[in-house]
Amino acid sequence: MRNVYLDYSATTPVKEQVVKEMVPYFTEHFGNPSSLYAPGLEAKQGLVTARQRVAELINAEPEEIYFTSCGTEADNWVLEGVADAFKEKGNHIITSKIEHHAILHTCQYLEKFGVEVTYLDVDEEGFVRPEDLEAAIRDNTILVSIMMVNNEIGTVEPIRELARVAHDHGVLFHTDAVQAIGNVPVDVKNLEVDFISMSAHKIYGPKGVGALYKRKGIQIPNLIHGGGQERKKRAGTENTAGIVGFGKAAELARLNLHSHINHSSKLRAMLWDRIEKEIPDILLNGPKDFSKRHPGNLNIALSYIEGESVLLMLDLNGISVSTGSACSSESLGSSHVLDAIGVPVTKANGAIRITVGDNTTEEDVDYVVDTLKQVVAKLRELSPVNGAEGW
Amino acid sequence: MALYNDTVMEHFMNPRNVGEIENPDGKGIYGSPVCGDMMQVTLSIDENDVITDAKFKTFGCGSAIASSSMATELIKGMTVEKALEVSNEKIVEELGGLPAVKIHCSMLAEHAIKNAIYDYAQSHGKEYAGLEGYDPDAEHHDDCDDDEESGCSSCGN
Repeated sequence: MRNVYLDYSATTPVKEQVVKEMVPYFTEHFGNPSSLYAPGLEAKQGLVTARQRVAELINAEPEEIYFTSCGTEADNWVLEGVADAFKEKGNHIITSKIEHHAILHTCQYLEKFGVEVTYLDVDEEGFVRPEDLEAAIRDNTILVSIMMVNNEIGTVEPIRELARVAHDHGVLFHTDAVQAIGNVPVDVKNLEVDFISMSAHKIYGPKGVGALYKRKGIQIPNLIHGGGQERKKRAGTENTAGIVGFGKAAELARLNLHSHINHSSKLRAMLWDRIEKEIPDILLNGPKDFSKRHPGNLNIALSYIEGESVLLMLDLNGISVSTGSACSSESLGSSHVLDAIGVPVTKANGAIRITVGDNTTEEDVDYVVDTLKQVVAKLRELSPVNGAEGW
Repeated sequence: MALYNDTVMEHFMNPRNVGEIENPDGKGIYGSPVCGDMMQVTLSIDENDVITDAKFKTFGCGSAIASSSMATELIKGMTVEKALEVSNEKIVEELGGLPAVKIHCSMLAEHAIKNAIYDYAQSHGKEYAGLEGYDPDAEHHDDCDDDEESGCSSCGN
């Protein structure tokens, strides 16, 4: 059976060049980077190179990069750190309704301690409106946190414009760029943001490693307390091999950015063209203008059927996609993102997310559309719901 | 590694009794697409109260479809009284188990069948002990609406 992985927004396979660079850091250069003898210094050199490479990916300085255990940790660090460091100035944070749970659940946690949070609405394609942000800023606002690219519907937010609005009011700006790096150009000097969260495993690097970009001069307290690693800002013995892998993945992401974008958008367009022509009663969720969308993302609501059934049948045919719908295997409850852009629950229940990536081929696209057509037809035959009844 | 066991997957991939009986003796619908699952059952019942045929159509996840298939298999050939005794636990047992979060899907089948029998009882002037006090309009999705925060407590939707 053909195996076609189409969930690159969930995670990516680690590239062989990345694995190759990581391996010596498990075996030869296993030393603790804090140790002063040769094996320690070799490990430390790995961190230096990796920091340089991650910095180059977003046009930052190496000393502005702090490695973490994941993107979620970076998100937690910024929100909790700013809430603490600027508590004299205020206790108001602005974010959006379509953020990742790493942001939303951290905001809910902070609300327990008296932090006030405004969750901005988005338009029907998932865009945060700069005028809405402007209107929400108060005297006590200390941070704005808006994701760069939405993980479900692929919306690329106008971060530069939003950051300008925040800065015009003297408010710090954070963006969760976990889905963005390697998929859209990210240049901190152009975007003028203060904090960026990143993750390695979305850019063909290993799981268990992320990073926070923190603009020079901004001080926030630590999230993880302990030893003096990461220039005393993030304690815990460094995940040397993981960080080295992140560095290599970041280098490849920078060098291959345009070919990756071209490849992904071409295959995504092929996929959508065929699906749109060949499968009736569907709805594209997220931006219709693909230039404002993650290059590999499609989010499609299939009327009259339920997402998990589609996922299961595709899985039996070797195809991996994801669903944010009601009966999805791990998280019951419909998607907060589809809800925020106004997709009716009846349609959201039948939504699937497809993300193409570097290993996707044209043959994969044809196989997926052929299979999806059969699966949708079979499930619709089973369904008591139909267009005639108004659903 | 799979989410469901082989029996569940087999019923999901090759569901029995799919369709709709023309001029059924009883018809029941339970759930709604808003809640994430919905089942329609149609029954043929002979003069001896035996269910001679049962067909279903279901909108829902893998376990909802497998439960529908298994439940309709179970009640075919049963008397109406016996069919009313088929509980969701029985359906789960026959399927060899469902993940805990999916148990409610078997409720869907139990209720849709009960609704179809209720419809038969109403139109044929019959009474059954198993239907005593049964309210076909009592939805398990009482609190199910479009609001994300106040979803259905039993299915999480």
